[in-house]
Amino acid sequence: MPQKKLDRLDRAILNEIQSHFPIAERPFQVVGERVGASEAEVLRRVQEMYESGVIRRLGANFTSRKLGYTSTLCAAQVPVERLEEFVAEVNRHPGVTHNYLRRNELNVWFTLIAESQERLKDILAEISRATGIEILSLPAKRIFKIKVDFPV
Amino acid sequence: MLTDLEKKTILVLQRDLDVTPRPFLELAQHLEVTEAELLDAIRSLLAKGFIRRFGATLRHQLSGFDANAMVVWQVPEEAVNAIGEKLARYREVTHCYAREPAPDWPYNLYTMIHARTAEEVKQLAARMALEVGLSAYQILFSDAELKKTTMRYFHPEP
Repeated sequence: MPQKKLDRLDRAILNEIQSHFPIAERPFQVVGERVGASEAEVLRRVQEMYESGVIRRLGANFTSRKLGYTSTLCAAQVPVERLEEFVAEVNRHPGVTHNYLRRNELNVWFTLIAESQERLKDILAEISRATGIEILSLPAKRIFKIKVDFPV
Repeated sequence: MLTDLEKKTILVLQRDLDVTPRPFLELAQHLEVTEAELLDAIRSLLAKGFIRRFGATLRHQLSGFDANAMVVWQVPEEAVNAIGEKLARYREVTHCYAREPAPDWPYNLYTMIHARTAEEVKQLAARMALEVGLSAYQILFSDAELKKTTMRYFHPEP
């Protein structure tokens, strides 16, 4: 991904909009006041960082459990020659939000969110049926930390 | 527990916010409420914890922390809480969860680590192991991101 180096103002803007995005009528103006730039300048830079891929998303992150959804971490041992097929089958489900190839015997790791336990089980059974590959489901018992914002 | 407006707000907030001077105005008009009412609903969803965080999500690679690994730990069940809390305190640990183990996969504590290099991840994991007195752990480096997206809640599957 070709990228310009971020300057000090870019970084100041990113730190503000990561952790303290203003819930206000003119949020980019508020950010501008905090970092010492005009609203237009903030808008221009945010747009640029969006287009260049520095910013992946801008908006709300929901607590899936509070919305009545349930989630699990899944792992599977997939032979290299079947990876493409397996990953396509897994990824076509909208509830699969993250999927990583990892260096382990269990080489495919994905997270699955669904509206109920039953639906979770059904989706995993469906993937296993379609691919013949067994999937481990490792639901969380307790969350100690989720930190998604990084100082830049 | 959720007002009608809060429910509708959850639906419209699933898209990314527009990068325009008044991004909330258009959403409010869509919901046929005032901008102030929408802003109040968002603040209320944040206060009640339905929205975990509101803002920008960056690509980790950009922050220079591009060695990403999941470290899984086998912890005696009675020590999971104490050790989980300890490991969560590390700055490099972005996620820390206790999970059910599975047959042939005895690991019950999971930490996501972001560091600058694979070597740093290994050294950090060794330091963490020493601190909590565990030797049964594995480092699973990520070789490729196969999917990364945002969940769309309350939408019928296509």
